[in-house]
Amino acid sequence: MNSVEIKNLDLSFGSVKVLQNLNLDIGQGEFIVLLGSSGCGKSTLLNCIAGLLDVTGGQIHINGKNVTWAEPSERGIGMVFQSYALYPQMTVEKNLSFGLRNAKMPKDEIDARVARAAEILQIQPLLNRKPGALSGGQRQRVAIGRALVRDVDVFLFDEPLSNLDAKLRADLRVEIKRLHGQLQNTMIYVTHDQIEAMTLADRIAIMKGGKIMQLGSPHEIYNRPQNLYVADFIGSPSMNFIKGDLSGGTFRAGDMVIPVDGYDFAEGTKREGAAIFGVRPEHIATGDALASAPIRTQVTVDLVEPMGADTLIYSSIAGTPVHIRMDGQAVVRKGDTVEIGINPKDASLFDPDSELRL
Amino acid sequence: MADMTANAPVLEGPSGPKPRRRFSRRNIFLYGTLIVVSMYYLLPLYVMVVTSLKGMPEIRLGNIFSPPMEITYEPWVKAWAEACTGINCDGLSRGFMNSVQILVPSVVLSIAIASVNGYALANWRFKGSEVFFTILIIGAFIPYQTMLYPIVIMLREIGLMGSIWGLVLVHTVFGMPILTLLFRNYFTSIPEELFKAARVDGAGFWGIYLRIMVPMSLPIFVVAMILQVTGIWNDFLFGVIYTKPETYPMTVQLNNIVNSVQGIKEYNVNMAATLLTGLVPLIIYFVSGKLFVRGIAAGAVKG
Repeated sequence: MNSVEIKNLDLSFGSVKVLQNLNLDIGQGEFIVLLGSSGCGKSTLLNCIAGLLDVTGGQIHINGKNVTWAEPSERGIGMVFQSYALYPQMTVEKNLSFGLRNAKMPKDEIDARVARAAEILQIQPLLNRKPGALSGGQRQRVAIGRALVRDVDVFLFDEPLSNLDAKLRADLRVEIKRLHGQLQNTMIYVTHDQIEAMTLADRIAIMKGGKIMQLGSPHEIYNRPQNLYVADFIGSPSMNFIKGDLSGGTFRAGDMVIPVDGYDFAEGTKREGAAIFGVRPEHIATGDALASAPIRTQVTVDLVEPMGADTLIYSSIAGTPVHIRMDGQAVVRKGDTVEIGINPKDASLFDPDSELRL
Repeated sequence: MADMTANAPVLEGPSGPKPRRRFSRRNIFLYGTLIVVSMYYLLPLYVMVVTSLKGMPEIRLGNIFSPPMEITYEPWVKAWAEACTGINCDGLSRGFMNSVQILVPSVVLSIAIASVNGYALANWRFKGSEVFFTILIIGAFIPYQTMLYPIVIMLREIGLMGSIWGLVLVHTVFGMPILTLLFRNYFTSIPEELFKAARVDGAGFWGIYLRIMVPMSLPIFVVAMILQVTGIWNDFLFGVIYTKPETYPMTVQLNNIVNSVQGIKEYNVNMAATLLTGLVPLIIYFVSGKLFVRGIAAGAVKG
C-alpha cells in the first residue's frame, strides 16, 4: 500500500490554475523531494496534502484513507515550516505538546512523547526556554520535534532549511537524513535547493507550472534528464546546450562533428533532424581524463573562475558559449588553448520542438 | 609581513567622533519649536489648574496667569459633590458613575467582538469576506449625525431608549469599523505559517484565537482599549441623545454645569469639573503611552 496517493489533483485560485491533473504515488517510508523554482506549485501541493488548502478537484489518500475533505489534524501528518512557526509565547515544551493537548491526550503520555522527541533531537536542555531565546538551528529542531511528537506516518517539510546559514543548513540536512533512517517515516520535502534535493531524496519530483516534469531517483534525474527543463535546472553550473543537426549517427554543429555511437537513445524517438546536444561542465574531460573520451577538440579559454576544489572555464564550442569544469590544481589562464574531450555516453540529446529527450 | 596588532601612527587631521556644536542652528530651531508648541498646549491647562484652586474673589481680580494667593480645594469638592444641574445637586459624581457603567461594558464588548471579527477576516477568509469588510469600513466614513434618528427608533423598538445599555449598544456598534480594521491589520501581520501550524496541531477557530493569537497581540489590545476608553469617555453626542437626566454620562453633566445660565458663573468650579472629566483619558495616556506608540507602529509598518 502506498503511503500517500495523489489522484488527478487540481487547484485553482480563481482563474489561475496552480496545479493541473497531478498524479503522484509515494511509497511507505519513502523520502520524496518536490523541487522547483519559486511559483512552480510545490509548496501549494504540500499545503494541499496537509489539508491547509481546499483542492479544486481530485483526491488525496494517506495510508489508504481518502482524506480529501479531512481536517489537517486528522490526516496523520506533521508539518515543518520554513519560518519555524513556533508559538512565541509558549516554552519549547508547551510548543511540542500543543497538538497533543488539543487532542486531549493523558498527561503522562504527553510527557513521555515530549521526552522521547527531545531525546531524539537533543533539545532536552531547551525545554523550558521560549523560542525567542533559541538560535535558528535550535528553533528548526523544535519545529521538527513538534511534528515528531504527533507520532504521524507522514512528515511534510516546507523549505525547512532555507532560513539557516550555509553551514547550519549542511549540518541539519545530514541530521534530517539520519532522522529519516532512524524513524523510517514517509517524508515529503519541498525545496528549491538542488543540493538538498540530491542528497536527501529517494526520489525527486521536479515541478514547473503546476506539473511534474520528471519523477525519478537523483541518479536518474542527473544522468538521464527527460526534458530540457530538467536538464537545465539540475546541476550547477547548468548543462551546456549546443544546437545542431543529427544525421547518420553524427551530431553536427558548425564545424564540430560528434559521432553519437555509444549514446543510449530513448525508444521510439527520431534519429534524424534538428537536435540539441547537452553535456554537463563536469562531463567535459580535460587533462588525464582525456584518454577515455572518444571525441576531442581544442578550445580557447575566455575566462577562468578558480573555486578551490575545481576550476571553471568559460569558452565556446561551435560558437556556443560553454562552461567546462577542470581539476582545481590545473593551471590555466585566459587565452590558453585547452584540449577537451566529450563522451557521448555522458551526454543528452533533446528534440528542440518537443524539448523531450531523444 | 605587517604586524596586524601594532598601532598605526595617528596622522594629522580629523580623528574619532566629529565634534558637534551645542547651540547649532539646527538645535535652536528644533528645541525652539518644541518649546513654543508645548507652551501653546500647556498654557491653557495651567490656567485651568490655577483658576480651579482660587476662590471667586481672587478670580474677579482678573489675573488669570498669576498663581493662587491662597489655595482652596473648595471648587473641586463642589464640582464633584454639590454642583447643580437642573434639580439634581449632587455634582459630577453621578455622571462619573454613569460614565463608568457605560464605559466598562462598551469597551469590553466592542474589543471582544471586533478582535474576533478581525481574526476571522484575517485568517478564515470566507466567501464574501472582502465585501463584508468593505461594507464595514464604509461605515466608518458615514457621518454619525445621519444615523442619529434611525437609532432612536431602533432603540425605542427594542426598549433600550434612555437606558445605559442602549448607549452601550450604540458605542459597541460604532466602534466596530475602526476596531475591526485595527485588529484585522494586526492579525494579518502575524505570520500565516503560525496559523497553519496551529491547524496542523488540531486547534480550531477558538483554540487558535484564544491560545495563539490573543497572547501575541497585547499591544494592539492596549491600543484598542485606549481608543475606546477615550472615545467613549469623551463622547457627548450619543450621550445627550440616547440617555435621560438620571443616566447622563459625565460629559453631558459637565456641559450642563458649565453652561447653566442661572446664578453666577463659578469659573473655579467649572475649571475643576472640566479637569475632573478629563482625568480618565489623561491617566490612560500616561499609564499606557509607551504601549500605545508601540502598538500603533506595529500595526502601521506591517498592516
